[in-house]
Amino acid sequence: MSARERVAGQVANYVDERTGSAKWLKKTLTKVFPDHWSFMLGEIVLYSFIILLLSGTFLTFWYDPSMREVEYEGSYQPLSGLKMSAAYASSLHISFDVRGGLLMRQIHHWAALIFMAAMVAHLMRVFFTGAFRKPREFNWIIGVGLLTLGIVEGFLGYSLPDDLLSGTGIRIAEAIIQAIPVVGSYLSFFIFGGAFPGEMFIQRIYVVHILLLPGIFLALITVHLMLVWYQKHTQYPGPGRTEKNVVGYPLMPTYMAKAGGFFFIVFGVTAFLGAVASINPIWIYGPYNPGQIGAGSQPDWYMGWLDGLVRMAPPLEAYIFGYTLSLNILIPGLIIPGIIFTGMALYPFIESWITGDKREHHLLDRPRNAPNRTALGAMSITFMLVTLINGGNDLLATHFDLSINQIMWFSRIGVIVLPPLAFVITKRICLSLQRADRELVLHGKETGRLVMLPHGEFIEVHEPLTPEKAYLLTQHEQLPALEANLSNEYGVRNPKAIRSKIRSRLSRSQAEQIAKPTANDVKELEGGHH
Amino acid sequence: MSKELAPLSDPGLPEHIHRKADVDVRAAKKAERQVGILFLFSVLGTLLFVYAYLGIDEDAFIFVPVLGSTNAHQLFLGLGLAMALFFIGMAAVHWAKTLMPDHEVIDYRKEQRSKDEDREDFVSTVKDRANEAGLGRRPFIKRTMLLSLGLVGISPVLLLGDLGPLPGNDQKETNWKSGTRLVTDPGDRPIRPSDLEVGGVAQVQPELPAGKVRHLDDIAKDSVLLIRIRPEEFNLDAERLSWTYEGIIAFSKICSHMGCAVALYEQTTKHLLCPCHQSTFDVTRAAKVIFGPSARPLPQLAITVDSQGYLVAKQPFSEPVGPSFWGRNK
Repeated sequence: MSARERVAGQVANYVDERTGSAKWLKKTLTKVFPDHWSFMLGEIVLYSFIILLLSGTFLTFWYDPSMREVEYEGSYQPLSGLKMSAAYASSLHISFDVRGGLLMRQIHHWAALIFMAAMVAHLMRVFFTGAFRKPREFNWIIGVGLLTLGIVEGFLGYSLPDDLLSGTGIRIAEAIIQAIPVVGSYLSFFIFGGAFPGEMFIQRIYVVHILLLPGIFLALITVHLMLVWYQKHTQYPGPGRTEKNVVGYPLMPTYMAKAGGFFFIVFGVTAFLGAVASINPIWIYGPYNPGQIGAGSQPDWYMGWLDGLVRMAPPLEAYIFGYTLSLNILIPGLIIPGIIFTGMALYPFIESWITGDKREHHLLDRPRNAPNRTALGAMSITFMLVTLINGGNDLLATHFDLSINQIMWFSRIGVIVLPPLAFVITKRICLSLQRADRELVLHGKETGRLVMLPHGEFIEVHEPLTPEKAYLLTQHEQLPALEANLSNEYGVRNPKAIRSKIRSRLSRSQAEQIAKPTANDVKELEGGHH
Repeated sequence: MSKELAPLSDPGLPEHIHRKADVDVRAAKKAERQVGILFLFSVLGTLLFVYAYLGIDEDAFIFVPVLGSTNAHQLFLGLGLAMALFFIGMAAVHWAKTLMPDHEVIDYRKEQRSKDEDREDFVSTVKDRANEAGLGRRPFIKRTMLLSLGLVGISPVLLLGDLGPLPGNDQKETNWKSGTRLVTDPGDRPIRPSDLEVGGVAQVQPELPAGKVRHLDDIAKDSVLLIRIRPEEFNLDAERLSWTYEGIIAFSKICSHMGCAVALYEQTTKHLLCPCHQSTFDVTRAAKVIFGPSARPLPQLAITVDSQGYLVAKQPFSEPVGPSFWGRNK
């Protein structure tokens, strides 16, 4: 036994005698993780969260969360002598007078953008592959919660520097709060400690940004990962992979090295962006003043869709018994986002209600094999893209010489017409891909080799698929549609007949598939050909 | 499954293909060297970082293609850190991919659902324990407990009461009173009509009584935009026309949609545009909304001149400025 082994043994003994963790650790270190590039999207979210904690902590050492008015005396000459809040002054101090401060600020901001982008990409991966199905519904809901909080956290974060752009964002948030019926004005006065902007909100959102929300994030991410651990990761279908097993690499050493290494890669790329790509140059905007504004005011990308919705809203305001109801703010600012996020959270339950499938699923779907789900995803993405485009309508107008009115009308009509169109097109594409899969399995790959038969006919030689490939293309289930249950065997009308009818209608749409080739089809075909 | 719907059979896990480094000692040695070199790149990155921190002047700017003129201190700090981190990652991943075991391993799952007897056992345990606690038998305790737990939440909610004052009339009042002078922002100088040429725009605030300091809260409500056009271009009713003075018209600068500063004035069309959500207001028609999401015109401030010839407000705003709120018209 080498000296190193002896020391390791002593340490392990010391820990185990006090915690009894040998058995658990052994199991943990040999735990199997399936490998696929798309599983790294969630990892990027986790790693950028750690980067956010590290870079954010650095920033708090100098940032002063106060709206006290100070005169700027730092080294950025153009703002010298200007009156501004201590928050803005300290943000400038970090940017110009703390070594590496600007780098850290930019790393923090880039990490936040990557955090949100990776979260959305991870969500899409989970959605399109059906990874949210039983038993993973809890994790889906936690994920939707994290996404929602991520948007809030990011918004509060870029509001902290208290520059002209961020103050404008806060002003808009305040208008949304104020638009809430009955309690809006009270809420706004409580949050801002009086009339907007008051002198309180920076210190309040600071505590929410650096303590409250990160704490909730930490707790939710921990539960999220524990569930992934406990339920074991999903895997893509393929030969040898079943609902009952998980095929992959053990945690130690391969997976540890890959995942650990990937953390450093993500951090390295974020640091590179922080080094070369300027982001949120607050010194250009100047201090916040409610009487001023910069042209082309834009939120960060993950808020852009919301801003786009608000921009495209028709100018509607209703009056009830003399009270004002700002429909032009409430509908795009609260009601539509509320419907979207609630619908997203409930989707696993809706889908399982439609399909009637209550079994566990650990094998992922190929998106084409769930045409309705894939089409619904494409529909949602289209909706988000149209609203996002409208969120940047002023920039699009100036960059591409378009009229802002045209973009607005394109978005207003497009946001209603294009998503259903995307649904129909995507569903057709999915079914076509299924048809192509069927062709491949039954007739093999086209080789491009032409052969002339003795009687002069030309045929193209088709190469049969490998058994592995053929299995991959046919392993999925095709569930039949649920029948409507209108009355029982005695002819008594089912009290839930309407519900049952709706469900059956949805289920029929869900079950629209191109029949996959069975073993018998293949056999028959082989018999016929040769 | 009856009518031969059997799927194609599962050929099982494909055979393991050995990597070059698994079978060839020289390839393994080469991979080892590559991993080591990648780690050394990271060391170089850290050295660059330390050099940048200590050796590059904070005010040093260099020209970098694409980036333009860039602060060398920040740039090399960042590049050094990026290198140091990135190559640790690359080394670890390369190590894992070339030298660490790449045999796929199979682990088995079990259903999440507990065994039936465990579930029954759980239910009966919970029932027994609940019975032992006697909640069902002692309704008085149960009810008073629920009452006290329900009420205890009042205290912390009440404590939040001091987060802010109640709105009162604060949202409806501004510092514009009858006879308040218009002063330039910035500069705080009173204005005569002749100071503003036709086609000109100026931002003004109400003159504050001596000793009062202008806060951001004031600016958020008081900001007013003065615009001067030729009087015959107005398309106003008699009352609104009387609120203008020699072609000068005054609007609240705080957008009636969401409170941004309506700062873009287009001289040729006489339109005011809010850069936040593109609500567009027609100056000649008392800031009527002609495009965008805002539901109301910008409130107009009635102006005239005082005995010394300076512009003053004729009366306070006739409606609350800024975004809508529930009790706005009450």
